[in-house]
Amino acid sequence: MNVLVILIPVSLILGGLGLAAFLWSVRSDQYDDDKGNAARILLDD
Amino acid sequence: MTTACPACAASPMAQEIAMGPALQFSIPDVHCAACIGKIERGLASVRGVQDVRVNLSLKRLSVTGAAAAPRILDALADLGYDAFPLDPEALGRSQDLVGRRLLTRMAVAGFAMMNVMLLSVAVWSGASDATRDLFHLISAAIALPVVAYSAQPFFQNAWSALRVRRLNMDVPISLAIILAAGMSLYETLNSGPHAYFDAALSLTFFLLIGRYMDHQTRSAARSAAKELTALETHSATRVDGNTFETVPVAQVAVGDILQVASGARVPVDGILLSDDALMDRAFLTGESAAVNAQKDDLLQAGEINLAAPLRLRATAVGEDTTLRRMAALVETAENGRNAYTALADRAAQVYAPAVHLLALVAFLGWLVATGDVRHSLNIAIAVLIITCPCALGLAVPAVSTAAISRLFSAGFLVKHATALERLAEVDHVVFDKTGTLTKPAVVDIAALNETEKSVGLALAQASDHPLSRAFATALAGVGAADLDDVREMPGLGVQGRWSGKDVQLGRGSWLGASFDGLGLKVGAGPATAIEAAETVRPGVKEAVADLGLPAEIVSGDAPAPAQRIADALGLPVLAQARPEQKLARLEALKAQGHQVLMVGDGLNDTAALASAHASLAPSSALEASRSAADIVLLKDSFEDLPMVLRVARATQKLSRQNFSIATVYNLIAVPIALAGFATPLAAALAMSFSSITVLANSQRMRSVK
Repeated sequence: MNVLVILIPVSLILGGLGLAAFLWSVRSDQYDDDKGNAARILLDD
Repeated sequence: MTTACPACAASPMAQEIAMGPALQFSIPDVHCAACIGKIERGLASVRGVQDVRVNLSLKRLSVTGAAAAPRILDALADLGYDAFPLDPEALGRSQDLVGRRLLTRMAVAGFAMMNVMLLSVAVWSGASDATRDLFHLISAAIALPVVAYSAQPFFQNAWSALRVRRLNMDVPISLAIILAAGMSLYETLNSGPHAYFDAALSLTFFLLIGRYMDHQTRSAARSAAKELTALETHSATRVDGNTFETVPVAQVAVGDILQVASGARVPVDGILLSDDALMDRAFLTGESAAVNAQKDDLLQAGEINLAAPLRLRATAVGEDTTLRRMAALVETAENGRNAYTALADRAAQVYAPAVHLLALVAFLGWLVATGDVRHSLNIAIAVLIITCPCALGLAVPAVSTAAISRLFSAGFLVKHATALERLAEVDHVVFDKTGTLTKPAVVDIAALNETEKSVGLALAQASDHPLSRAFATALAGVGAADLDDVREMPGLGVQGRWSGKDVQLGRGSWLGASFDGLGLKVGAGPATAIEAAETVRPGVKEAVADLGLPAEIVSGDAPAPAQRIADALGLPVLAQARPEQKLARLEALKAQGHQVLMVGDGLNDTAALASAHASLAPSSALEASRSAADIVLLKDSFEDLPMVLRVARATQKLSRQNFSIATVYNLIAVPIALAGFATPLAAALAMSFSSITVLANSQRMRSVK
């Protein structure tokens, strides 16, 4: 059971990283045009 | 992102480089990657454009640089896109902070839910004693701050309802969240077997999804209204001696002399100072024919000047103009509509008291039976958590979000939150004619012979008048005749000489003809009328045929043109209806028990639009009419009108289905909770399943054709 001492913080930190990345993407306007972003990968330029 | 002029850096022309404020346009037809590429590349080559960006979700284009709006509109028209300029000032303040905050709260709740769930799974699969207590403690450390942060919107709503001694859906939600977290903390500290931290968090998370969707729907409605303000006249040209000055309409004072360019809207009410003028009053009265005005006649704000630039002296400004007075009337009529109770609110009125009562009964029942306060409280809280309307909170927003985005991609802006619900109940349709079923007067060249066409084109090319330009466009492909001595007579028309004959293109009265509109006269022969009766808007026939509801036309126009359109569409018609009569007709239908959808565009329709059960206006309508309407059609064609009704009915049906799903789940889960068999695992499973079923069911909206 001692492994929990490592695993629990690891899972929390990984989840926290995901959360931080999501908050960053919200703050930098990346959800303003989801349809457009999906379509833009088809453009050449 | 495309940069327009790479050479600018090398040859700095101050004017071209000066970054103007970003111009915003609404482009209803943009729908795919190819459109984005075409528009961004096409506009990049327009002089003065620095940066072009298409937003596909909002169907909006933003252009920075020193290019003027008309030039960009022309370029877009060449590319084949209809565009409407938007008011950047109205849009500028629209940063959606509330939505962003909701999204953040949702992300935090989701993060916490997943981590706590991870620990809970360990407890459910058999962790016991010290390990279980440790996991519960860690869960508490994550859950309590997150609940305090993420569930704030529910707490605030519940508090503001309780303060005025009312119940809304947020009261049982807040109670369930707070009690679940509080009881779990108590159980954890006392080494109890069950903790509901995961339930408190998933409740918060799922309900925030619903809240966010609801917010998106509402903010779409708000920005729809905002977007369209820019179509209105916001500036006027004031004449002071020999100087012209462009001023905002708000700054025009009574007594000011204003100049109105040809093709422009009259900004305020005033007395005509020019000798005469030709006005389009279709927006105000529904008359399709142009109206002659003489010196000293009263012009009303909103009329369009069809002839030469005219001058007027302002007699009423701001809130006193006819236009504003009408708009004020509309606002009063709209209050009635706001009293309509949405389906979700009706459900909450029944549901919230029932949930509280049930939890209370469970508590008292178990207290009487066992005398154990802690156990009774645990069961009452389990009942609250299980009945808590997770699926109920998603039932309506999930469906209406899907419906509104479905309609938006078809070119309809849904402006009012309860519009779809009211639209679903419609059983009778009333159309306005001028500007709604028909397009504004166009030029009819069918009556002209080849000679007249080529002479007409040569004359039309000599003038900048909107009608001349429309005429020249209609004659594209015809060779222009060779004319001598071409002269434009301001306010009257164009004249010239062609093989020894006098030729004239201009107003009927000037040509000595019996009509007022545009005509062509070659030599001494009679004048031919060119300004045709209006044409039926595309898609109207199909829409009327496909509607499946009784429909009729109520028009302000003269009986003859109204009857002609009515015959073409096979609908009954009421002609020469004044605004009050339109309203009276709607009241009469209402008295017969009909729920009426009003489709109209003019100022004479606004009262009717506002008082109808549901209403729709084309985007070419006046601001007052658009703001009175529930739905604005951005495209030219009416073809999809029956689809709107079908989507509205499907919204109603799917919302009801979602409520039924939530109810069925409660019927199964509540007895289990009442009997005291509900575990945190059962609560988590039931909650997730019902929410996901409801969300999945809402996606069936995509298949509505």
